[in-house]
Amino acid sequence: MSGTQIEIQLIAALVAVACAIPGTFLVLRKMAMISDAISHSILPGIVLGFFLTQDLNSPLLILLAALTGVITVILVEAIQRTGLVKEDTAIGLVFPALFSIGVILIARNANDVHLDIDAVLLGELAFAPFDRLLVGGSDWGPKSLWVIGTILTVTLTLLLLFFKELKLSTFDAGLAATLGFSPLILHYGLMTVSSVTVVGAFDAVGAVLVVALIIAPAATAYLLTDDLRKMLLLSCGFGVFAAIAGYWLANLLDASIAGSMSTVLGLLFFVVYLFAPGQGVLSSLFRERRQRLEVSLLVFLLHLQNHQEKRERHVNHLREHINWQEVRSRRVLDLARKNNLITIVDDVVDLTPKGQQFTDEALSYITTNKETAIEELKERFFLFRG
Amino acid sequence: MELSDFFTNYTLRTITLGTAILGAICGMLGSFAVLRKQSLLGDAISHAALPGIALAFLFTGVKKQEILLLGALVSGLVGAFWIRSIVKHTRLKSDTALGLILSLFFGFGMLLLTYIQKLPNANQAGLDKYLFGQAATLVESDVWLMAGATGVSLLVLLLFWKELKLLLFDADYTQTLGFNTRFLDILITSFIVIAIVLGLQTVGVVLMSAMLLAPAAAARQWTNKLSTMIFLASVFGALAGVFGTAISASYDNLSTGPVIVLVAAVIVLVSFVFSPERGLLFREIRFRRNRKDLNRKKTLTFMYHIASDHADISHPHAIRILNNFQGYTRKTLNQLAERELIRIEGDQWAMTPKGYEEAATLYDQTPDPV
Repeated sequence: MSGTQIEIQLIAALVAVACAIPGTFLVLRKMAMISDAISHSILPGIVLGFFLTQDLNSPLLILLAALTGVITVILVEAIQRTGLVKEDTAIGLVFPALFSIGVILIARNANDVHLDIDAVLLGELAFAPFDRLLVGGSDWGPKSLWVIGTILTVTLTLLLLFFKELKLSTFDAGLAATLGFSPLILHYGLMTVSSVTVVGAFDAVGAVLVVALIIAPAATAYLLTDDLRKMLLLSCGFGVFAAIAGYWLANLLDASIAGSMSTVLGLLFFVVYLFAPGQGVLSSLFRERRQRLEVSLLVFLLHLQNHQEKRERHVNHLREHINWQEVRSRRVLDLARKNNLITIVDDVVDLTPKGQQFTDEALSYITTNKETAIEELKERFFLFRG
Repeated sequence: MELSDFFTNYTLRTITLGTAILGAICGMLGSFAVLRKQSLLGDAISHAALPGIALAFLFTGVKKQEILLLGALVSGLVGAFWIRSIVKHTRLKSDTALGLILSLFFGFGMLLLTYIQKLPNANQAGLDKYLFGQAATLVESDVWLMAGATGVSLLVLLLFWKELKLLLFDADYTQTLGFNTRFLDILITSFIVIAIVLGLQTVGVVLMSAMLLAPAAAARQWTNKLSTMIFLASVFGALAGVFGTAISASYDNLSTGPVIVLVAAVIVLVSFVFSPERGLLFREIRFRRNRKDLNRKKTLTFMYHIASDHADISHPHAIRILNNFQGYTRKTLNQLAERELIRIEGDQWAMTPKGYEEAATLYDQTPDPV
């Protein structure tokens, strides 16, 4: 691995972490699409800043562009407040307009601005190590490493200082406000940090892919944990993993680094989306199936309890009566027997004392409308779940 | 260029017609997206279409418009339905799902595009026109394709008009009536995807969502009726297309897509401010008028309380005694006098019987006969 390669991976990893932190809060606050809006609408700010400074890594340009990001948020909120359109429409109206202005500005001044429209969307991570910070003739490393390093340090400091406040206002804005933490300041603080991060990362990964770095690690982590700290750590971890793996994938295919970073993030999300315990699709389907079977079981037990006559409790009759197909009724019978809720003598089904007790308690739970308590009841009675 | 070029220049005519039709179909279908609160769906789908274009090229190796658009259609649909599945199966909210699909699909598309660019294949250049669109590449067959798609979607819209209308305003009720809401949902989503895919060549992936949203959001301000809204949105979309093309053709270095989007944004702005029912301007005027009205009524009530202390209700009083009541101005008094609710003589006022009557019944909740 050459020094350049290490530097590229280092920059990519720092960008990923810097994006993952505000991303976690944006996802939790249901404001993920705001990052999309910001990442597009900072373009005119960047172009104007470039006119002034002629340097993509200048702090002035970053502040100017970040200001455009915050203005976008204010504009979106102003349009929402008029009540003329819904929130998401307001976002969808503001950022394409600002982005268009940026694109036109670049196109009209193509001779003066060394900003490539492809670079706007993709970033040029591969070239980042060649723009170096020289202080008094000595080489201090790539400029973008310093830019993103500074942003990350500020973000981390703010996160540590205001962790409690952020956590509270994210999960219970009302309580946070009553306790005297201004939701407004926290909101705009988060927006400012997001804007600055997006601008800092923009240079490296481009407008659209910075959205991937903000949303995807946080969303993936959210499927795996309920703990804010763990979620932050996990999303930073996913970001770094995507940065390193993405770099090598890009190396292999000789393709865009940012593109392959988000492809890795996409694969990561896909795997977690399918297999995450509790939140994944498979586990959600499994849970649905189990609940369906257990509801069937309950219906079946209630039926047994209601009928004393042998004819009604005959196995074959049950199939007709509750109108189940053969496979399903066999599964329900099996489950009931495995849990010692019924006995079958000469094809006639009987509730065991345990089954009787379970049915009674279940019935009283259902009639008192405490549907959640049925889970606890199942825990107590079932040896095997559906 | 001159205005007359517009009618004589064949290429320009084709492009203008194309963008006009595109604007119309986007306005039409965008109305549904806006009313269903799926405004950003267009954004996500247009980005999600990118890998489809790249994959279609990778697999077939040819750069035929139809094949690429088919690829875009498939990948846009996959994106749209994956979003629904994420929202349905996990705890992630729709904004996160939209952002995920948007950025991840787009990232994958960019990976493929940059990969294709490095391939030793002379045919590959020009795929990146789908990023920002190049209206200049529109040819007659593209316009026919758009016109055909517009016709089909109009037909489907008319065919399922009642069902779609019901679905928009009360999805649960639609389901209880026995309509297949899933089918309707898929139908309308598919047509939105088709409109987006058609626009990719002209406006590009990044700005396509505005094409879908802006005309509909503008039209929404002028009417509360679905059919009128869809009609207006189509007109606005077409106008944005025509004017955007004209403006960008009149200057150098002005790409069509962004200009169309900006024209659409201006239409939205005008609608926000000037629409008579909902517009900000008339809302403010109404607000001020109401406030003045309230001040007048307050003054009248205050006078009523003074006058009712006297046997003769028309007994004159000095205007001065109103001084400890803050709400009145000379204008208010004049207005009251104009309506013959009070008489003003010098620095004295007196209530007329009509004014007394009106003040006594001012807070009656029965509706005004006027």
